Amino acid sequence: MSIFFFLLFATIAVVAGVSVILQRHPIASALSLVGVMGSLAVFYLILGAEFIALAQMIVYAGAIMVLFIFVIMLLNAGAEERRGRSWMAQLLGVPLLIAFFAIVGYALVGRFSGGEPVSFGSFTGGTAEAVGYALFTDYLLPFEVTSVLILVAIVGAIVLARKEMD
Amino acid sequence: MVFLIITLIKLAIIAFVLLTTLAYLQWVERKVIAHVQVRVGPYRVGPHGLLQPLADVVKLITKEGVMPPHVNRFFYLLAPFLAVLMALIPISVIPFGTSITLFGYTTNMELADLNVGILVILSLSALGVYGIALAGWSSNNKYALLGGLRSSAQMISYELPMSLAIASPLLVAGTLSLRKIVDTQAGYNLGIIPKWAIFAMPAPQIFSFIIFMIAAFAETNRIPFDLPEAENELVAGFHVEYSSMSFAAFFMAEYANMVTVCSVATLLFLGGWHPLWPAAYGSNFVAPLILIVAAGLCIYHGLNPARPLDRYTLPAFGVIFLGLAGLMLFPPAVPVLTPLFWFLAKTLFLLFLFVWIRATLPRFRYDQLMGFAWKFLFPVALANLLLTGFLVALVD
Repeated sequence: MSIFFFLLFATIAVVAGVSVILQRHPIASALSLVGVMGSLAVFYLILGAEFIALAQMIVYAGAIMVLFIFVIMLLNAGAEERRGRSWMAQLLGVPLLIAFFAIVGYALVGRFSGGEPVSFGSFTGGTAEAVGYALFTDYLLPFEVTSVLILVAIVGAIVLARKEMD
Repeated sequence: MVFLIITLIKLAIIAFVLLTTLAYLQWVERKVIAHVQVRVGPYRVGPHGLLQPLADVVKLITKEGVMPPHVNRFFYLLAPFLAVLMALIPISVIPFGTSITLFGYTTNMELADLNVGILVILSLSALGVYGIALAGWSSNNKYALLGGLRSSAQMISYELPMSLAIASPLLVAGTLSLRKIVDTQAGYNLGIIPKWAIFAMPAPQIFSFIIFMIAAFAETNRIPFDLPEAENELVAGFHVEYSSMSFAAFFMAEYANMVTVCSVATLLFLGGWHPLWPAAYGSNFVAPLILIVAAGLCIYHGLNPARPLDRYTLPAFGVIFLGLAGLMLFPPAVPVLTPLFWFLAKTLFLLFLFVWIRATLPRFRYDQLMGFAWKFLFPVALANLLLTGFLVALVD
């Protein structure tokens, strides 16, 4: 059952990911990205991390992408035009892509070839209690530093917006 | 195998009851608003317009679906589908009552008991905005686009106070599972005051409840926060270009969202299916009493008919009500039906509140709406959460 859902949503994630790049309209690209994030949430769910899965849905698919779409709608961005590409990019693109995948593949195999394969349902530390406990004991400092970072970003955004208004 | 069959049966029952409720909610809304405005409302189709929802459904299905030539075809068709999907799924995690035992098989009265149930509802309500935003954008119409933009901005803004208001009763309950949250609210303080979250002793959640309800009105795009479809400035807002079933889909989504938020408010704040006062003081007999009074009224008016048909229809309803009252008093059914009655009574009261407010309050101005969310509701919700956390930690 898990393997069926994994294959189904892995296909959806890859198709949606390719679609993010291939779509010519920004709204279509943004919605494809929502599809990728939804599929990722399903992976977390299959692996037993239900809290992370739903946090992924609420934060990424629900809040961040809605904001993306809101901005695209507000700017009323149309479909982008296809311009003539440089012959250099067309010539070098495919070999460089293959080289990139080869390097990534080599690094992954070299690093994780001796690791245990992941099996569905073997992980049980994904409940809200477990995540909360880890967050407020072992990872308290990174957690607090991140929250301060976000606060700084908010203050920065307000300062920048203020300047524009004067 | 048994689990699968039971789930399919529950699915069929919940789908049927929910869709009927949505259709009749429309009737209740029109009737209540009509009576507030001293009119009679729907009256022609069936007794007291009771068959009006059926007629509306037939009308909407048989209407011609017009697709304007200037729309973005794919997203135009996707939007109502998304809206209705994200509105109907949350019902599957809402528990309606205690467990039920039939033929030796015990099952809980809900589709799925998740240990993160409340988060599922939050995430789906966050996704619901896509339907509305896409409908507004893909229509290629300035009124629709304005409606879609307003709705996105409004839902993003009001999600914050809503989530914060939900977080405080979760702190008191100490769990994310909706069934366990209701279980923590069982029992009575001083033998008479229920331990519902709004009366919870270390930190009463009455302010969270009020903040949640205000945010819920904004999340479901209802008056006084129905700016996305403000008809006197935006024609009909995001669904101006929709007709036939796709138009009906948006209405269905709105009513389904109302049912969801009212159920969630009942579960989180009003003690779910736990009665207002202990069974020792007769809370089990409220439902049969109401039904017997209704039956008596029906039979009385059937004997003194105002219209010729009333002679037959009203006594028939009276007999049905008497039968239901008998069922509610039948001892093996009491532990199942009484909690269900209390849950439905609280949820329907909150739904009535929605309709009542629609009939009484005017609409906000758009800048007032955003200012209210960010400058008043959000800080208050934050302070409320901090206070609740402090009190809960103090008692622990």
